[in-house]
Amino acid sequence: MGAALFLLVAALTVVAALGVILHPNPVKSALFLVVTLFLLAAVFVLLEAHMIAALQIIVYAGAIMVLFLFVIMLLNLRNDDPERGRRRYVLRGLAWIGGVALAIELALLVRGASVGSAGSAPAGYGGAAAVARSLYTDFLLPFELTSILLLAAVVGAVVLAQKQRRPTLS
Amino acid sequence: MLDQYIGVVITFALGAVIVLGMVSGSMIFGARSTSRRAVKDEVFECGNPSSGPARGRFSVHFYLVAILFIVFDVEVVFMYPWAIVFRQLGVPGLIEMLTFVAILGFGLAYVWRRGALAWD
Amino acid sequence: MGLIEVGIAGAKAFAVLMLVLHMSAVLLWVERKGSALIQDRIGANRANIFGVMPVNLGLINTLVADPLKLLTKEDVVPAGADKLLHFLAPFLAVFPVMVTFAAIPFGDQLVIGGHTINLQVAGLDIGILYVLAMSSLAVYGVVLGGWASNSRWALLGAIRGSAQMISYEIAMGLALIGAVMTFGTLDMQAIARAQGHHFFGLIPAWGVFYQPLAFLVFLIAGIAETKRVPFDLPEGESELISGYFTEYSGMKQAAFMLSDFAESVVVAGLATTLFFGAWQVPLLFRDGFHLPGGAIVALPHLAVVGLQIASFTVKVFALCVFQILVRWTLPRYRYDQVMDLGWKYLLPLALANMLVTGIVIVLLG
Repeated sequence: MGAALFLLVAALTVVAALGVILHPNPVKSALFLVVTLFLLAAVFVLLEAHMIAALQIIVYAGAIMVLFLFVIMLLNLRNDDPERGRRRYVLRGLAWIGGVALAIELALLVRGASVGSAGSAPAGYGGAAAVARSLYTDFLLPFELTSILLLAAVVGAVVLAQKQRRPTLS
Repeated sequence: MLDQYIGVVITFALGAVIVLGMVSGSMIFGARSTSRRAVKDEVFECGNPSSGPARGRFSVHFYLVAILFIVFDVEVVFMYPWAIVFRQLGVPGLIEMLTFVAILGFGLAYVWRRGALAWD
Repeated sequence: MGLIEVGIAGAKAFAVLMLVLHMSAVLLWVERKGSALIQDRIGANRANIFGVMPVNLGLINTLVADPLKLLTKEDVVPAGADKLLHFLAPFLAVFPVMVTFAAIPFGDQLVIGGHTINLQVAGLDIGILYVLAMSSLAVYGVVLGGWASNSRWALLGAIRGSAQMISYEIAMGLALIGAVMTFGTLDMQAIARAQGHHFFGLIPAWGVFYQPLAFLVFLIAGIAETKRVPFDLPEGESELISGYFTEYSGMKQAAFMLSDFAESVVVAGLATTLFFGAWQVPLLFRDGFHLPGGAIVALPHLAVVGLQIASFTVKVFALCVFQILVRWTLPRYRYDQVMDLGWKYLLPLALANMLVTGIVIVLLG
């Protein structure tokens, strides 16, 4: 039952991810990415990582993808123009070679790895309280360093978005 | 633990059905246009002819707001698990979070002083 | 997980979704007639059945005639608009808001035939995070609504609206931190139950007494999030016609308007659960009323459950009516005032509230 559910969610995720890269329209591509992230959150739930699933939706699908959409709309990105002529075939050939090589590599790795049974997770594993307890005791330093990283992001964004001269709509 | 989510899944399914039915309602039951005039397809600008391409350039302030939102959303998201185990962590926990908030508060103050929060 | 559990969950989900839909419809009527009352006019009173009612309440108008009219309007998609996105935007505007209610408890527990049913569609341990997650998805409906209209003014309204929504989401999230610190859990049913005891045996220990500032910040941020007046510049009725949903007709427009009221109901529902004791009735426990003197008025189980569900509905309704009152009292804020309020006032206030709460909790041990 659990395996069937996982296979279903995983298959849908792959389909959505393919939609991201194959669709020419950037807005629809971004929407496919939102769907992919949502399905990833479902995978997290199946792995009993409830907290991370919620965070995935709140931060990634709810904040970062909104930024993506803002940028696509603000820059008024057009559909992807396919390459013309011989360049197109060269690029496609390289892409196929790279993709097939990666697939073979992954297949060999997965075949060769021996994964024991995971065992059952302790009660409350992946819940907010469990994550909090280890985050604020064992992983305190990375947590504090994250705040510095976020500060850097804020400062960088302000510097990037300096006042501009051209009249714009706001 | 996973049993909790059966309600969520059912709500999603039912909600999707209801909302889809609603949104496609006028596509199904709505009046069909007897004439397909070009005027009807124009966007509404109080009768003025369309004043230019629909996609102009927009102020970069919106981008800035989105970035700030991400940063502070991550901050809020870090605070939630802390809020739960706060009582067990005691004073050290409070100091930890104070440091975190102070650094990000400094970021907010910087953004404020730079005027990036103004005029949007 | 037997068929019975799935059936019960389905019944609860259906009940909750119907609750949201019907309350939105009733609120629409309250808004029309209530605004008429506030503005000293009559309001909608044309449609009536055989002219029966001497003072027409406008019920037929709002609840029957308007939806039917919207259903049968032609669905106009402007030229150059993306048909799929034009269809998807109203869906994305309503759907996340409606499924948010899955985590909000509307009663304590119902014991029927040996089954103990928790009156909450999904008893998630991370209930509040789920609600936040679904609220953050509501932005997509707005953004796509403007983009899919192929209209510069709609897009402007949409970008402004989504910028406003995301700004106030932070204030909302931070305000709730105070409440979560007080109760120590994200599970909303546990929070509702924790508000069951009383001070001095008389005053119910509702969240608003522990966290008044958080409640205020949350309410203001919630009203801004729903883009109602005084924060309705993205819709901008006298400026941008309908803002981000100008180019929608028929049921798609109805969907956007429904999302307005549904979001109101969600904000009211959250505020009720965290600050007003959710389904708690003062002095009512599982076996009946515990009067201050020590006397107990015993009540049958179904009566207790009925009272609790009624209490929840009344509280949510009251908060929604309050939001309607605010709408018809205050003028619209300018956009820079809106963003200032979100970033420069509510955010620091919520942070300060969190710090003070932390210090108080540590001092009290």
